[in-house]
Amino acid sequence: MLKIGSYEFQSRLLLGTGKFPDFDIQKKAVDISETEILTFAVRRMNIFDPEQPNFLEKLDAKRFTLLPNTAGAKTAEEAVRIAKLAKASGLCDMIKVEVIGDFTTLLPDPVETLKASEMLLEEGFTVLPYTSDDVLLARKLEELGVHAIMPGASPIGSGLGIVNPLNMSLIIEQANVPVIVDAGIGSPADVAIAMELGADGVLLNTAVSGAKDPVKMAEAMKLAIQAGRLGFEAGRIPKKRYATASSPLEGMSV
Amino acid sequence: MKLFINGNHLDLEGAETVEDMLLELKLANKGAIVELNQEILDKSAHAQTRLSNGDKVEIVHFVGGG
Repeated sequence: MLKIGSYEFQSRLLLGTGKFPDFDIQKKAVDISETEILTFAVRRMNIFDPEQPNFLEKLDAKRFTLLPNTAGAKTAEEAVRIAKLAKASGLCDMIKVEVIGDFTTLLPDPVETLKASEMLLEEGFTVLPYTSDDVLLARKLEELGVHAIMPGASPIGSGLGIVNPLNMSLIIEQANVPVIVDAGIGSPADVAIAMELGADGVLLNTAVSGAKDPVKMAEAMKLAIQAGRLGFEAGRIPKKRYATASSPLEGMSV
Repeated sequence: MKLFINGNHLDLEGAETVEDMLLELKLANKGAIVELNQEILDKSAHAQTRLSNGDKVEIVHFVGGG
């Protein structure tokens, strides 16, 4: 069970909704992933196109908890505005705080992220900041009262997986709120590693939407979440430098 | 009604309220979120909120994103 603020979820997979080849593939991928949380962005409507698809309708979004992001914001103030726009839909009070400080790496601005999180907590949002994998920053966010911490595995859309597993495990170890590894996931192996490190969940998008077969990859990610989580709960053996025989050394018939 | 919507100057006849405006743009019931002169409106306020000439309007919605 994943608990974020007052919400409870069976699934530990959070799925982004960007860049799918089409709505049909997206819906199938979302369904097979068994995710309960979908992320969205907030953008201007095309006021000259009454036929534009209603994204929420296409996905039957009422079945899900919506986690809009503040992508596009470069400052805390811009993030707060986007969060308030999202909340005005009347559909959600959760927000993924995303304040990008550099447009080559798309890495989050730690100072503005902290500031935005504080402002949004005061406004009563359920706040999930996307943050860099800085251990102290994660602690400061938790001290503010955020409802989950979402450290990036590696830059958004890079598919590099967890580039600093040490930091990630230190963040997970110290946290008393859920830690959701967000961004940079490339493959099911990356997801399994995140979950084995003890992450409470994983948020991914491009790894599924950009896969050759997004529906099959969505299923693979679901299974990787489950495998990684079971592995974490089971407790892996320690790594050793030399071999230990698994067959008995006594009673050899020679 | 002369309005500045999403960066476009438009003259929408008979758009007395935010709801009228959305109907005229054929964007009603499509998940539109409206900001009027930098004030974000709850969906429930669309019908009662009156427009004036020169109002600056932003209409946004949810799109795919991670």
